[in-house]
Amino acid sequence: MLDAGEGAGGALAGHDTDPRRKLVEVRGLKMYFPITSGLLRRHVGDVKAVDNVSFDIYEGETLGLVGESGCGKSTTGRALLRLYEVTDGVVKIDGQEVARADARTLRRMRTTMQMVFQDPQASLNPRMTVASIISEPLDEHTRLSKKEKLARIYELMDAVGLNRTFANRYPHEFSGGQRQRIGIARALALNPKFIVCDEPIAALDVSIQAQVVNLLEELQEKLGLTYLFISHDLSMVRHIADRVAVMYLGQMAELAPREALYSTPLHPYTEALLSAVPDPDPAVETRRERIILSGDVPSPANPPKGCNFCTRCPKVLPICKDVEPVFREVQPRHYVACHLYDPDMTQDAGATGA
Amino acid sequence: MTDPNERQDPRAVGEGLLAEATLGPDHDPAAEMVQHIAPPRNQWWDVWDQFKTHKGAMFGAAIFVIIFVAVIFGPYVWRVSPSYIDFTAMNGGPSLAHPLGTDPLGRDSLARLMTGGRISIAVGVTAMLISVFLGTLVGVLAGYSKMLDGPLMRLTDLFLALPVLPLLLVMVMLFREALAHLMGLNMGIFTLIVTAIGITSWMHAARIVRGEVLALKEREFVLAARSIGTPPWRMITRHILPNVLSPVMVAATLGIAQAIITESVLSFLGLGFPPDFPTWGRLLYDGIQYMQQSPGLVIWPGLAISLTVLSVNYIGDGLRDALDPRVRGR
Repeated sequence: MLDAGEGAGGALAGHDTDPRRKLVEVRGLKMYFPITSGLLRRHVGDVKAVDNVSFDIYEGETLGLVGESGCGKSTTGRALLRLYEVTDGVVKIDGQEVARADARTLRRMRTTMQMVFQDPQASLNPRMTVASIISEPLDEHTRLSKKEKLARIYELMDAVGLNRTFANRYPHEFSGGQRQRIGIARALALNPKFIVCDEPIAALDVSIQAQVVNLLEELQEKLGLTYLFISHDLSMVRHIADRVAVMYLGQMAELAPREALYSTPLHPYTEALLSAVPDPDPAVETRRERIILSGDVPSPANPPKGCNFCTRCPKVLPICKDVEPVFREVQPRHYVACHLYDPDMTQDAGATGA
Repeated sequence: MTDPNERQDPRAVGEGLLAEATLGPDHDPAAEMVQHIAPPRNQWWDVWDQFKTHKGAMFGAAIFVIIFVAVIFGPYVWRVSPSYIDFTAMNGGPSLAHPLGTDPLGRDSLARLMTGGRISIAVGVTAMLISVFLGTLVGVLAGYSKMLDGPLMRLTDLFLALPVLPLLLVMVMLFREALAHLMGLNMGIFTLIVTAIGITSWMHAARIVRGEVLALKEREFVLAARSIGTPPWRMITRHILPNVLSPVMVAATLGIAQAIITESVLSFLGLGFPPDFPTWGRLLYDGIQYMQQSPGLVIWPGLAISLTVLSVNYIGDGLRDALDPRVRGR
């Protein structure tokens, strides 16, 4: 299990600029939710929650995934772990295909990939004790004796900073931060390689956010974890992520190393998004120019014909309304989907439009 | 739920916590590693601890146990035959020989009440179990599986639309002879009545459970279990069922009362147990026409039915609270 995909990963890393191994590869991921109507529940359309998204996550890194509400961040994270039946696309985790795996293979693969959920209150069964919540993955995937299981539970509780005497308590007896620690302990139980953190700090207050993020970083260092960190908190993503991906209306707008993205955003949407982050320095804050987008996000059931962002883009070109931009590498390791950065716009547009 | 065999001695748990307390807040981590921490104890102990604090439930449980013991062991202590006819003691009031009086045929009311209780409680409990089992099964399957939802809920609607009493009458008419032949008269009728009541009263439980399951299915902890790879069957037993216990418990306690009363109706219509065979419902209906001469004939069986139903309702109430960890400790 552990060495599976080592060869494939090595081969792929060969022609890449990054020497590290790709742990997660996503190619053309599509997640459509059908819209049905009428008495016969005819299929009349799709909500394109995630539409043709491709990216990689290297082993040991944290990829931040940002975007506004409803842009498909969480759906991407869940589709990656096959919590939804993917419409189309390839998802490889640790060299193994996830999106089309049969139930038995998938169940075995569950040990490599885990998830930390947004709402720690909702993601813990209120009728189970902390010990039984943390041992659920162990019950499902291991054949440990009762004693070994208990030892592992205590080890996990220590790792996430929970007092061992809390093992008999129920989730409602804890604060939000402690509950999130329980959720993290559960995700760690099987020694996964890849963890999807679906807005793990969105439901916590600011002082606790820092604690949980530091815990996640600490665990990453200790256990060599790889994170997909989904969030709408841009400053927190800047703190934790190595690379950052920006999504808009189900598509990838930009993907770049953290510093490159925050200092020189290329996509007009990223620029607008970053301009919304307040600055703690009042002198800077008053001089700061915000890019205010007009209009609303179009419906994901009926996205615009060309670029998804063309209805609100301040730098919109005529071509944007007709041709969908290609997500390409315009600077080393800096990917963007925007016609402004097409090397030779007209020629390329013809090719993609066909 | 957890295995009852791994139940821990509650005293050991107490000692473990005590050791923790005496160490104080500033004990070093090395000592903590060595120190014995109470292993997770069985969750049923928590349930029992909470149940004990619910006064109504404990009172109800006591009453139910008394009634239960009285009807099971009473006839061995009070050895008067419930079917012995004594025309010299017709419609008698309370006396030493007959503490609850006698009926118009001079039969002893106390003996009849105790014998009748056996049948009534057995019918009530068994019919309730059948109806709750069916209701929960249909409700969970319909709520959990999209494919089964339509057919199962239409089946539920169908059963709800059936006129229950005529259906019961037809069932009894059709199957009484065959079952009596197969299992003996009383056992056959018992099976028939219990099944008939069970399969005509599960629909409300099914609808309530389905609604709860539909809501639970969308909760994040179910998604979390899916991401762990919990198969559907264990998903239902570990995450769905414990969380639908409250409505099931309510349906169950109401079901006992309903079953005892339905059995009385059937007996009254002459389609239950044979006329000389006492059940609480039968005693009640037989007593109605003599209510003015000897009110005891109606009061005692009525009181027995009411007390049983009431105590079961309180037990259900206490159980529902005890099973919900969020309510525990209040």
